[in-house]
Amino acid sequence: MESSGGNASRIRREIEALKDEKARIEQKILELENQLREEVSLAPQQQENESVCDGCCPSLSAADANLAHGLTAGSIYRYSRHLLLPSFGVQAQSNLLKSSILVVGAGGLGSPALLYLAASGVGRLGIVDHDVVELNNMHRQVIHTETYIGQPKVKSAAAACQSINSTIQIVEHEQALRTSNALEIMSQYDIVVDATDNAPSRYMISDCCVVLGKPLVSGAALGLEGQLTVYNYKGGPCYRCLFPMPPPATACQRCSDSGVLGVVPGIIGCLQALEAIKIASDVGEPLSGQMLLFDALSARIRSVKIRGRSPQCEVCGENTTFNQQRFKDFDYEKFTQSPLSTSPQKLKLLTPESRITSKEYKERVVSGEPHVLVDVRPEHHYKIVSLPKSLNIPLTSLEARVPEISSALKGQEEGGGSGANLYVICRRGNDSQRAVECLQNMGFDLAKDIVGGLESWANDVDPNFPMY
Amino acid sequence: MHLTLEFGGGLELLCESVKVHNVNVDMPKGADKLTMKDLLAWVRTNLIKERPEMFIKGESVRPGVLVLVNDCDWELSGQLDTTLEEKDVVVFISTLHGG
Repeated sequence: MESSGGNASRIRREIEALKDEKARIEQKILELENQLREEVSLAPQQQENESVCDGCCPSLSAADANLAHGLTAGSIYRYSRHLLLPSFGVQAQSNLLKSSILVVGAGGLGSPALLYLAASGVGRLGIVDHDVVELNNMHRQVIHTETYIGQPKVKSAAAACQSINSTIQIVEHEQALRTSNALEIMSQYDIVVDATDNAPSRYMISDCCVVLGKPLVSGAALGLEGQLTVYNYKGGPCYRCLFPMPPPATACQRCSDSGVLGVVPGIIGCLQALEAIKIASDVGEPLSGQMLLFDALSARIRSVKIRGRSPQCEVCGENTTFNQQRFKDFDYEKFTQSPLSTSPQKLKLLTPESRITSKEYKERVVSGEPHVLVDVRPEHHYKIVSLPKSLNIPLTSLEARVPEISSALKGQEEGGGSGANLYVICRRGNDSQRAVECLQNMGFDLAKDIVGGLESWANDVDPNFPMY
Repeated sequence: MHLTLEFGGGLELLCESVKVHNVNVDMPKGADKLTMKDLLAWVRTNLIKERPEMFIKGESVRPGVLVLVNDCDWELSGQLDTTLEEKDVVVFISTLHGG
């Protein structure tokens, strides 16, 4: 067993290495092909010029052919549909090619934002992310492909951007954005796009943009709704002007807990690219002092007027003392009471006597122990997958449905002797602890939770149990 | 007074997942106007069915909730002192952080 396990991991490593190499080679081929195309598209002009001029009359090289905007022949062809727009044209495209934009997060929002920013010809495009591509990202993080599962999102996103547009510079920042590196990374760019997924990151990125004087294109999406605005732009408000106090941590839902329809961050991410392009090319009116609210179910987009810069703002206000040093020292996780990383929380509410592992539970099932298993997940979670003979009573309705638990326990006792046990399970083992606490307070002294929930069942007992 | 109240960004979960409420709110006894302060108290009593702390903090909304009166941030119209008029649309929206 062990040697075959060792073999498998060696083969996996080899596959990974070969895939890396393949990606590198494909990248190189692409660059060369593009170089070749540029050479070929320039060559006929040069030859023609040389033969007509015969070396004596003034040459008609690209530089003289009224190309004061500095776009190359290749760029003119590539971006021709932009250039044909009277309200965009060569000036805006030229501005865009000279601009640099940083996208923080290569997830649901960052995916479409990066694809469009790369395609549209942003001169230098930076990507920050510390995560790896997972199968449950694919439904919305459309920049990544299945071949990149397990690999850094930055690498995957950079390869995708470069394969769309090999003429721009892509910079990979394969690290988590922190107060220790944010100033250094963000100072290298003209515009920042916030495509992150948590509250502390949003405060941190906004504060850093204020300190560095960079405009911030901020988007968010959850469930079937999205929000978009531009902060710190030409005297407009910053994130803290709008939200001086952080929300309670319980109000900060994550896509990994609450779900999100894939196309919703897709739409908001596209709009973020649009706002960033408008700022970079100096075209139109960026969404500053306004917020766009998107509701997918009613197909409604509305733009509302929000407050301007607050003179009392702690970070951008008139008497602020917030500076680079204060930024570096600020504890954003403490401020928002929630972690910068996306790893799910692990509560420890109960004493060890009130808990059993999934393996122990399995043994008790096999031994035929009389018991009741209450699954406290929401009903729509329960419908995805559940353990056999479990009773679904969502945590929110636990108190009201206690009689059902009592009668289920009675039923067990009649069938298999006295003292049926009561176990509680949920997805990851947090809500089950809350439920056990609640049940113990109501007199179910022997209620126990299953540590780590269905996730640990899948990891430690039944590897074929579907996880979501 | 007829008002349209809308909840979004997850706040609708506090009022039985209904986003749009067409309501009729009486002015407080002896008062000649209805303010946002009055409306918040009315919403708290009549529409919020669970976890009121996710909506109200003190006498205002909790941090992270934007209030819009006729598509305009209530900061610009006087916050709690904003006077409401017939057929106004008031939106309560929780800021999102996901992506």
